[in-house]
Order: sequence, then structure tokens, then C-alpha cells
Amino acid sequence: MSMSHFVLPHLTLRFFPIWRRHWLVWRKVAVPAILGHLADPVIYMLGLGYGLGSLLPEMGGTSYIAFLAAGTLCYSSMNSASFESLYGAFARMHEQRTWEAIMNTPVTLDDIVLSEILWSATKSLMSGVAVLIVIWILGLSDSLMSLWMIPLVLLIGLTFAAVGLIMTALAPAYDFFMYYFTLVITPMMLLCGVFFPVSQLPEALQALAAALPLTHAVDLARPLMKGEVPAQAVFHVGVLLTYALVGFYISLVLFRRRLSR
Amino acid sequence: MNPVIQAKGLQKSYGGHCVVDGLDLSIHKGECFGLLGPNGAGKTTTLRLLLGLIEPDAGSATLLDLPVPQAAREARIKVGVVPQMDNLDPDFTVAENLLVYGRYFGMRDSEIEARIPDLLEFASLTSKRDAKVPTLSGGMKRRLTLARALVNDPDVVFLDEPTTGLDPQARHLIWQRLNALTQQGKTLLLTTHFMDEAERLCHRLAVMDNGKLISQGSPRHLIEQNIEPQVVEVFGETAAQWANQHAATFSQRHEVSGESVFCYVQDAQQLVAHLQSQSALRYLHRPANLEDVFLKLTGREMRE
Repeated sequence: MSMSHFVLPHLTLRFFPIWRRHWLVWRKVAVPAILGHLADPVIYMLGLGYGLGSLLPEMGGTSYIAFLAAGTLCYSSMNSASFESLYGAFARMHEQRTWEAIMNTPVTLDDIVLSEILWSATKSLMSGVAVLIVIWILGLSDSLMSLWMIPLVLLIGLTFAAVGLIMTALAPAYDFFMYYFTLVITPMMLLCGVFFPVSQLPEALQALAAALPLTHAVDLARPLMKGEVPAQAVFHVGVLLTYALVGFYISLVLFRRRLSR
Repeated sequence: MNPVIQAKGLQKSYGGHCVVDGLDLSIHKGECFGLLGPNGAGKTTTLRLLLGLIEPDAGSATLLDLPVPQAAREARIKVGVVPQMDNLDPDFTVAENLLVYGRYFGMRDSEIEARIPDLLEFASLTSKRDAKVPTLSGGMKRRLTLARALVNDPDVVFLDEPTTGLDPQARHLIWQRLNALTQQGKTLLLTTHFMDEAERLCHRLAVMDNGKLISQGSPRHLIEQNIEPQVVEVFGETAAQWANQHAATFSQRHEVSGESVFCYVQDAQQLVAHLQSQSALRYLHRPANLEDVFLKLTGREMRE
């Protein structure tokens, strides 16, 4: 590995034409894409929320479905960014060789990786807002504070896109991503307070959950949806940002190494 | 005037294997320069080094008077690239591919839109403007890739095996267009392993093998410098046996390859007269070409 791989990212606005490229591709499949963004989280939320929720008196001071709505927003944003930064970015880097085409122009790998993170976060934002609209329509959150969910789902997108790109930089083929989803994403969905409070878990698992980024997203989302100011908001935002920045840097170093071969 | 592309002692190794080994090169404005070599000779790595996409282990290079890779980004503003493997955007139409690519050069949409009709005309794709990439033939994709490489009106165009995998009609069309580009004063650097392509297009050539340039010059110069002017190919089951007994008498140099014997001669008269009396053998008398030079310099064994 050459020393030049470790240079800090050089960030410029040149990422924007690449982001526009991704946007133009997405626009062509917008309708099925929006349905895809919505179907999975909304069915989970309605099925578990009403089905399981009818057996539970309340959770965390709200109805179970309202409790679940905040968690669903977080995990569906995580999923959107993860899918895009793994499968989408890998297709552009490896299969379609889009990155190679772009690198022959006056655009650098730093710009490309930045564009991928911002694009994945854009997908999170779109899916998050779509789910949020369903939540508002169902009357599961009526506080203006829930508007804060919009920047939050963007931040969740940045965090999971940056971490996901590390996997993309290491992946020999698509199969590799199964490990990440099975060993990282699914456990986070089940341990980080999406379906039940983390406090219900044994202590060891609670400690693990506290280290995972999704827990911090949920800790921010749940009070916001109820119209409350989250406790330790700066700390939670800080954890998510740290994951995002460290993930960006590590993935960039790995991409530089991979593409210099 | 400074060379448009210059390399001094460029060297690059991967995993202890030297892929480019002390390469010196100067390519001048308006020249079409061909890099020939068998697979694995280091041609693509050389292009990547000269484009500043990878760092050399030793040596230096300049592209349009800018040092690469240090100022590669700035240099690439006036460079076009036709890669070996197609990397067009499959989700886009022909025109969208050009528009999106032009944006990477910082061009305004209006500026790119104004160029698209000319680019499509040049690539003979005017009627395919709104066709999606997967519906194009191989030749059309190549032409679109060429048009895309010209979207920024580059001074230099890099082409990595521009006609590999194309049928003869498609190749001839690409050749015409590349000739047109050199007439416009653009500098072309292309790699190929088609000798007829190199002979037809290139003002100067370099033969590369094992990371080194082993000979360079104009196609005619390379032939004169490296090989006897006449070739007589002798075929037949007994050709090898014939070669053992007679080839050295009639030719300066000969090579046996399966049931063929290649005799390289200054003057073929005596050899041809002799062969006319050999009823078991067929022969072909022709002037030496670049392929003969290539095989002499890089050997006949397979590279895989």
C-alpha cells in the first residue's frame, strides 16, 4: 500500500455531476423505486404495529405502532443507504465500469466516493420522507418536531453509506454482501431498539447495542416523533457523524488501493 | 515544441513483477502513435501511467506539458479516452451518455447540447440519438465511446484497442474517423495488436514486450530496420523436412511453425524457382509486413 493512499480526502464540488448522473438514472425508474422504498417498511410497520400492537398496552408512553414508526423510519433509512452503497456502488465500480469512465475525466476517485455517499444518503432521504408521509397520514406523529426526522434520515444515510462503502471496497463479488447484511445490518435491526426498547436486553447485549450506530439514530428519532427534545442529542449526532467520517476515510483508502492495481 | 506526451524511465511493478520497465517515449503534436505488443506486454499499464491514473514506481511523465500524476487532473481536461472495455452508461440513451459525460469536464449543458449533433454525425449515430445503449451493436457502441471521448474537444486522444471485437465494416469506419482526427491536428496514442491497423493509421509505432520498448519508428522504418524485405511462406506436410534440407540455402533466415515455413529473403527469385519444382509444397511470396516484424521481435509462442 502506497503512502499516497492515506492522504486525507480532497473534497470539491466536482462530485455534483456524478450525483446528477445517479439522479438521472433513478428518475427513469422513480415509480417502482418509490413503491419499493415504501412497501417493505410500511408493511412491517402496519403488520407488526397493529398485529403485535393489539397485544401490547403501550410502549415507551405511546401506542406500539407509534413506537414502531420511529424505529421503522431509522431502519428503513439504514437499509436504503446500505443497499445503494453496496449493490449500487459495486455495480457502478465493478460491473458497469462507470467509475473507470469517470476517472478518465478531470474528476478524481475522491469526488466519486463522495458522490456515492451523498447519493446513497439521498436515497435514504427519499425513502425516509416517503415513510414519514405515511406516518403523518396515519396520524402516528402530529408534532412539528417530527420535521427534524428529515435531517436525521439524511444523517443516517450518510453514516450507513460511508460504512457500507468499506464493504464495497473489499468485495470480490456481490455474494460478499450477504455477510454484511446477515452479520451487521440484521443484528442492528433486532438489537438497536427498532422493535422494542434496548433496555429489555441482557446487559451484555445492551453494551453491544450502545456501540452500534442505529441505536443512536433510534435514540434521536423516538423523542422527536413524540415532540420531545432527545436527551444527549449532541452525543448521538456525534456518534453518527464519527461513523460517517471514519467510514468515508477508510473506504476511500481501500478504494484507492483497489483501483491502483 | 515540447512533446505532447513524454515519458522518462517510467517503471511500474505489481507484486514484484515489472509490468512497465524503464519506458522512454516522446509523442509529438498531430502524431498518431501506436503501441504494439502481445497481451500482457504492459500497453494498458503504460496508458494508465501516462494518463496519471496510477503512480509510477520510478521515472516521470508529462501530458500536455503538465507533470503526471501530480497534475493529471488538469491535464485530462484536454484529453479523451477510449477504453479497452465499453463503459457506457447502459441506463442512458446515446445523447444522454454524451451529456452526462460532458458534465464531468465542467461543461455547461448548453455547451454540450450544442456539440451533440456534430459528435453524433462524426460517429454516424445521428439516427440513434434517442436509442438506449443496450440496443446498439458492438460497432455503434465503439463509435459512441469515441464520440464520448471527443465531447470536451480534446487535444490528445488515448485509445486502448479501439477496434478489438469489431467486424471489418465497423473497423474500417473507426479507421476513417481516426484518420479524420489526425487530420484535424489531434494527437492520438493507440494500442493495438492488429498490424494492419497499426500500419494503416500510425505515423510512428513502438513494439513493446515484457514492459520494454524493443523497437520504434515509422511502419516502413520498422520493417526495413528489423527484417528482410521479402517473405516466402511454404506450406505442406513435408514443409518442415524441406526446411531442414533447403531453407538455409535459399533464405537468410527461416522459421518453422507447424506445417508452415516462413523464409525471409533479400531476393526471392531463386527460392521461388526452386519451389516451383516441389510439387508437394505450396508457397506464398509477399513483401515483409509489420506482422513479420512483430513476430520476430516478440516471438511466436503464445502469451497467456
